[in-house]
Amino acid sequence: MGKKILLEHINVPGIETYEVFRKMGGYASVEKALKTKTPLEVVEEVKKSGLRGRGGAGFPTGLKWSFIDKKSGNPRQLVCNADESEPGTFKDRYLMEKLPHLLVEGMIVSSFALEAHLSYIYIRGEYMWVFRILEKAIKEAYAAGWLGKNIQGSGYDLDLHVTCGAGAYICGEETALIESLEGKRGNPRIKPPFPAVVGLYGNPTVVNNVETIMDIPWIVNNGGEEFAKFGIGKSTGTKLISASGNIKKPGVYEIELSIPVEEFVMSDEYCGGMQTDRPLKACVPGGSSVPILPANLLFKTAKGETRLMTYESMSDGGFATGSMIGSGGFIVYDDRACIVRNTWNFARFYHHESCGQCSPCREGTGWMEKVLWRIEHGFGNIEDIDLLWDIQRKIEGNTICPLGDAAAWPVAAAIRHFRDEFEFHIRYPEKVKDRKHFEKEPWEQVKHLVKKEDAVLV
Amino acid sequence: MPIVTIDGVSVEVEAGTTILNAARKIGGDLVPPAMCYYSKLKGSGGKCRTCLVEITKGSGANPTPMPKLQASCSTPVADGMEVKNMTSPKVQDMRKGVVEFLLINHPLDCPICDQAGECDLQNLGFDYGVAKTRYQEERRTFDKINIGDKIQLHMTRCILCYRCTYVADQLTDKRVHGIMNRGDAAEISTYIQNAVENEMSGNMIDVCPVGALTDKTFRFKSRVWFLKPFDAHRECTKCCGKTTVWMFGNEIYRVTVRKDVYHEVETLEDGKPAYICNDCRFEKKNVNDWTIEGPRKFEKFSVINQGNYTRKMERVEIDTDPRILYGRQEDKKAISMNGTNFNKPEKALSDGKDTDGQF
Repeated sequence: MGKKILLEHINVPGIETYEVFRKMGGYASVEKALKTKTPLEVVEEVKKSGLRGRGGAGFPTGLKWSFIDKKSGNPRQLVCNADESEPGTFKDRYLMEKLPHLLVEGMIVSSFALEAHLSYIYIRGEYMWVFRILEKAIKEAYAAGWLGKNIQGSGYDLDLHVTCGAGAYICGEETALIESLEGKRGNPRIKPPFPAVVGLYGNPTVVNNVETIMDIPWIVNNGGEEFAKFGIGKSTGTKLISASGNIKKPGVYEIELSIPVEEFVMSDEYCGGMQTDRPLKACVPGGSSVPILPANLLFKTAKGETRLMTYESMSDGGFATGSMIGSGGFIVYDDRACIVRNTWNFARFYHHESCGQCSPCREGTGWMEKVLWRIEHGFGNIEDIDLLWDIQRKIEGNTICPLGDAAAWPVAAAIRHFRDEFEFHIRYPEKVKDRKHFEKEPWEQVKHLVKKEDAVLV
Repeated sequence: MPIVTIDGVSVEVEAGTTILNAARKIGGDLVPPAMCYYSKLKGSGGKCRTCLVEITKGSGANPTPMPKLQASCSTPVADGMEVKNMTSPKVQDMRKGVVEFLLINHPLDCPICDQAGECDLQNLGFDYGVAKTRYQEERRTFDKINIGDKIQLHMTRCILCYRCTYVADQLTDKRVHGIMNRGDAAEISTYIQNAVENEMSGNMIDVCPVGALTDKTFRFKSRVWFLKPFDAHRECTKCCGKTTVWMFGNEIYRVTVRKDVYHEVETLEDGKPAYICNDCRFEKKNVNDWTIEGPRKFEKFSVINQGNYTRKMERVEIDTDPRILYGRQEDKKAISMNGTNFNKPEKALSDGKDTDGQF
């Protein structure tokens, strides 16, 4: 059993209530930080821990905190990004449902480190029941004197609010989140200026993921060095992975950032191997926006090394043969899955969620969805594959926010690794009429149909 | 002051200037096209991505190139920065892509569009577009909306540059006009078909880079290239009163703001943009209302600039069958509208009857 940081007390009955949480050592980090440490020392501790943002990009949290503008003298603000909307990711929901007080505790310590006196949790509108859980937790924390004026006699004031979004994926992008929090349309802002300088209401702002914030109390309690002992190299600590798809035991798992991918998928401690013991076909290791990996590149990197659940190992080989750990939405597909349909589904999502501000994303995501729909439903022609490749190439990197990249990467990876399957859909439209075609005839049985003649000659 | 090099041409600009404005200071072909950026509107820019440039050297102090193309309208210059626009194949390729994206849902109804001839998207299409589209699906369409009795919004043509919403925000006092929905279903609209009732609302028409917002007093009256622009002014209590009047013979067909080479409203001597009020724009169509200063000297490079009198005009001899030239004579008559009481037709083309989706 791997060591747990976040989910240590997850099975204690009533852990979501204040009394039980406090009994299990909750809010100890607040006492420790407020009474024995200066804000700068907390930041140093987080820097030492090597904690990286858990929202997807993996940017070092301590470094992000140190960027916050202190020269202007404007009030600093901390915002917790609980707008978890990435298809395949559901770790934050689980954490907030079960451990709302850990989030409040983390928010207090992090706000103290940033010397913020007004902090927000921005939660997506679909998590309305979680919103109520958080509101209750915040109320309890106020009642117990962990929030408000002069917290526990330390002289530090903090107000914490939880705000509901209206249900847009784009509001998980930090500047769009800030716009939405300000009550405006959730369009990403043009950077620079970065939120660390001009953020919420024009003040210096840090936006952190739920899981990142929840890691802070442990770091304060046990020290950054202890945290850094977990994991390998620059991937320190543990990470929550939301495993789903054709595996025996889907769910949220806390892993140390060092275990091999094969162990995660196949061992009984985690996913428990493939459902109905069918062969693994592909895997999206970090939420829908990261490139899909075929089976032969999932457990081993292109160089033949064992692929580990770390930021570095997962992205080994770049996008050509690697992927990203992203937000930890681990989706496993067996040989019944149709990659074209899956890619179309993702493209449909990004088309629906594009904010429509900049042209490549607004028009490109819709176009990709339509072309993929055509191919999936047997109306495609052979130039469509190159057309798709060209569209994604022209979206990627040319948009205001990373949503354009997120829409382009899965399409690019699907074409890169599963081009034959696209060709199969185009050349044998009658075979793909039924959406469950690969359940009847798995890819292995039909792939000879699109075998390259020139490949046979070689 | 930072010195920036764009396509090999160096220019010294004030700190905080954007790359696009630095390029405009140099002028000429190396200026990146801009569809959404409007220097007189605060907060505009960064959206259309046509002005993307490659930054091959970040600055003198930190010479690493930027990995992604940057929107030149919102990226400030740094001392020693080197930028490639026309000389970068990557930029040209990506710009073609952006133009293609802008055009896939554009109706391409230039033959019946009032903006044709002075349309930024048309110019961009000529420079970077391809003659054939790769888009096979149905194009997105919207119903036409009347924003007040003088302005028509035709969302189907819109490229969502957000300029008009900035006009509504910054020139008018009551905000009833903005963006609804998201993604490619996003549309400019007024709050439940509210009219934008404001003295300055007509300036939306002038900032619109395409034909999405058109002047209903001019809709379908003539093609812009048949009209002759003259600088004119009048005493106006609401605005500066300095306009361009577009005339055919002795008749004023439409009144617009004075636009510079980038198709933006000109700046007055006191540094303010020369926006005009709705009175000057829609009501004063009589020559006697205006003091004509003289022909307009320049406009942006576009179809309307082809008849620019400041250049030497060559007489064109058409060496062809006289029967073809007979048709030309007929066309000439039709264009000049001699004998037609055009401003009082039996059935007005723009009386709202054209909202049946025909055009």
